[in-house]
Amino acid sequence: MMKRIFALALMLITLFAWCIPVSAEDELPDYAADYDWDRLAGQNVVLNVYNWGEYISVDEGEEDAFDTIAEFEALTGIKVNYTNFASNEELYAKLKNGGTAYDIIIPSEYMVARMINEGMLETINMDNIPNMKHMDPGFVGLDHDPDNRYSVAYMWGTVGIIYNTTLVDPEDDVESWDILWNEKYANDILMFSNSRDAFGIALKKLGYSYNTTDERELQEAAAALKEQKLLVQAYVMDEIFDKMGGGEAALAPYYAGDAVTMTAENPDLAYAVPREGTNLFVDSMCIPKGAKNKEAAEIFINFMCEPKVGVYNCYYIGYSTPSATVKEYLDAEVVENPIAYPDQEVLDKAEVYLALPDATTKLIDNLWTEVLGMAGSSPWMVPAMMVGCIAASVGINLWRARKKRLNGE
Amino acid sequence: MRKLANRFYMGLVFLFLYIPIFVLIANSFNASKSRTVWTGFTFDWYRKLFHNETILKSLLNTLIIALIASVLATLLGTLAAIGIYNMKKFTRNLVINITYLPIINPEIVTGVSLMLLFVALKIELGYVTLILAHVTFCVPYVILNVLPKLRQMDNNLYEAALDLGCTPPMAFRKVVIPEIMPGIMTGFLMSITYSIDDFVISYFTHGATSQTLPITIFSMTRRKVSPEVNALSALLFVAILVIMIIMNVSEMRKLPSDQRRRAAKAEKKGGRA
Amino acid sequence: MTKLRSRLAAGPYMAWMIIFMIVPLLLIAVFAFTTTAPFDRDGNRLEEEEAALIMEEELAEWEENEVPLEERESAVVEKTVFTVQNILEVNKYMPTMLNSIWMALVATVICLVIAYPLAFMISRMHFVSQKMMLMLVMLPMWMNFLLRTYAWMTLLERNGLINRFFGLFGMGPFEMINTQGAVILGMIYNYLPFMILPLYSVMTKIDNTTIEAAQDLGASRLSVMLRVVVPLSVPGITSGITAVFIPSVSTGIISRMLGGGTNMLIGDLIDLQFLGNAYNPNLGSAISLVLMVFILLCMSITNAFDEDKEGGMLL
Repeated sequence: MMKRIFALALMLITLFAWCIPVSAEDELPDYAADYDWDRLAGQNVVLNVYNWGEYISVDEGEEDAFDTIAEFEALTGIKVNYTNFASNEELYAKLKNGGTAYDIIIPSEYMVARMINEGMLETINMDNIPNMKHMDPGFVGLDHDPDNRYSVAYMWGTVGIIYNTTLVDPEDDVESWDILWNEKYANDILMFSNSRDAFGIALKKLGYSYNTTDERELQEAAAALKEQKLLVQAYVMDEIFDKMGGGEAALAPYYAGDAVTMTAENPDLAYAVPREGTNLFVDSMCIPKGAKNKEAAEIFINFMCEPKVGVYNCYYIGYSTPSATVKEYLDAEVVENPIAYPDQEVLDKAEVYLALPDATTKLIDNLWTEVLGMAGSSPWMVPAMMVGCIAASVGINLWRARKKRLNGE
Repeated sequence: MRKLANRFYMGLVFLFLYIPIFVLIANSFNASKSRTVWTGFTFDWYRKLFHNETILKSLLNTLIIALIASVLATLLGTLAAIGIYNMKKFTRNLVINITYLPIINPEIVTGVSLMLLFVALKIELGYVTLILAHVTFCVPYVILNVLPKLRQMDNNLYEAALDLGCTPPMAFRKVVIPEIMPGIMTGFLMSITYSIDDFVISYFTHGATSQTLPITIFSMTRRKVSPEVNALSALLFVAILVIMIIMNVSEMRKLPSDQRRRAAKAEKKGGRA
Repeated sequence: MTKLRSRLAAGPYMAWMIIFMIVPLLLIAVFAFTTTAPFDRDGNRLEEEEAALIMEEELAEWEENEVPLEERESAVVEKTVFTVQNILEVNKYMPTMLNSIWMALVATVICLVIAYPLAFMISRMHFVSQKMMLMLVMLPMWMNFLLRTYAWMTLLERNGLINRFFGLFGMGPFEMINTQGAVILGMIYNYLPFMILPLYSVMTKIDNTTIEAAQDLGASRLSVMLRVVVPLSVPGITSGITAVFIPSVSTGIISRMLGGGTNMLIGDLIDLQFLGNAYNPNLGSAISLVLMVFILLCMSITNAFDEDKEGGMLL
């Protein structure tokens, strides 16, 4: 009992330190005064924002909470429709299917590149985003968008393994992707449900590049994933918060920023970056083609780059900021946290996802469907089954007709 | 002894049906965010629920869409039933067969096919597409409830009304409509129910601005699940319970007393068996 | 005259039916039998490798000359062509389909076994209690099924309530969530009322005197059940089976929530191709088409057993 109370107290203290930047509050700069924030006010402008789940500061009733959307609406008089997606691939499918007009999307770099190639993004008018000046130069003109015409970085991070210290044997090496294939943890492993991250892990485990286009290597990765499937408890995305937080599983690969939140909420959880190397990702704000309010979208992007907003978002979601100014205002404790801001050594070994050629993407999609579905069987089963059903149906109907005739006689 | 065993069996089945619901309700009063540890009693989640704009907005969306879709479906379906009733046998069977399609087709196939249609027609996914989709899967229920009432109706009544000087529209209003009214009402209520509850078809046909409650709940179950959802389900459960009790009581009242007596008598006979 | 006029009342519905019921299904068929293939500007079909090569060269050239994206015009265009490849591809997912069918069958049979005695008991109760019992059966159905399924997660989890309960007696923990059993349980739970209601509505029409007559003629309780009640309740059994089997075989959400995505069903497979992590609407349509045809065939089989169904049931 004492132990539990102690743990609870510890958790509260950490939470307190984390969520409520008491000292920082007064020092945070207010919104830029020389920017015409409310130029679209009163015109009934509605902005459709499509974001990852748990990827913006919201008011959960805690003291000193910051509701990003509400603040934006109050400041600009633009109404926001805020919805979530769970993975880059889902976002892509939703946009590709068409029928929905979003104004702001926040894909990761490889998806930005793919969307640029497929002409799915609008160019951003940077004159409307003076807050680009806050950006760390290291996050301007990244490879996926060299001229920074389509995207503005929002958050970045790495991928690592979140594990429960009470369930994982300290002898086992958590700093390797191999642990996700360790049979000791059968049914204790959660895995990414999106293809790129899942394949990425398998490729790294095998010692290949994230961006391989070699069919044999991808086939090998698929085989590894199929083998791993026997040990996997569930394929998830943000369900990880619930499952890892509740001690439902021992190991799960996930994004560093979420690991910051989870380790703060549950002291049993820890985080490790495998030494084979990991993925470095940058999620960027983009405006998809067909957006109805491009200017409002640009105002939104500029708002998200405001230091005050950036600081609150960082505290809330735990991801790492690409903004130099925001980083200055963050508590030292946050900036020194190796989960969110890892050593140069980790970053050196990290690899960025690149946009893959169409054929490779298609291959990965197919292989992923095969991994999740139990693929592989003789090519004649569907037709055979169909014929069987038709035969049964005809047979029964004939039998019934005959019976009727006999009864009639 | 046998009766006791029966009671026990029924108790078990109902326990199975109700356990998850009790869990939801109990958790709506749980001070802890965890779903399995009880740390104290609180009304906090209810208070927060009424400040949660996402949930409230999607609830409103759900109700508006359900209402519009069921009214449209009822109008369309009732007219259709009258038309179908008067068709020749072959066309009638053909049309009824097609009407069954949305009912027996898996929801996911209906949802996907409608999404393909809307995208092909370049209709932006949103309120309009949701209403169109909901009308589509609700109409069959209206038709299939009104048709039997039309079959039961005595055709002579309509003829008699015409003979007595009614114009056809008047006869229709005064004679046919009251006869088939119970069917229309059942169809309407079924439409509302299905529309409110539908997730799969809405999932494929909703847009950025038109999330219905089931879709919001779905996106919540995919993240950190907020206990406000429990509070919402508890409230919904109580609301439905009250509605059902009222409906049942009023139905009992409506039964003529002799019918009730007859039913009771039949019952006593059955008791002996 | 009036007959003709009233037939016209179905006009709006007929239009609706064609646009929103028939055309969408045709679209599925079209998607299932087509794919995009590269063509050159003159309309000649290109091989995939050929097209990739041309596009690579183009890209290099553009980058070199710094052609802005808007002005890049590829020599390769994608066109829709007829193919049976998607349908053949469905074969690969046969184990998933068989798994779905198997699980749905198990769920249906268990539902029937649970519901049959219950429906019979309810149908023999006092008139007022019958109404009340029916209400109790229907009440859970009115709750959103996502919420109910979500509640089962709370119950079945490793640290869930059931395991906590068993833990009190020093048993467990049992692996329940994210197993096949959990998915089947979810199906049973969600669709049990669909089995109880049609069974009840048929059984309530069986007159007590019929049962008494059989008993008076010396039939045992068992043979009354088997030779009187069961034959009379066949229509209820068939419609109950269809009402449980069809949603079970095509569900995607139950397996995602209770099966953790490790027990994929046909529904998940379709969802994965349209709004999920592997975008391929052509394959998704092909799977949908196969599923639809399979279900229509199943329907025609069960209907064959149901002799006195009012005319007009499918096939």
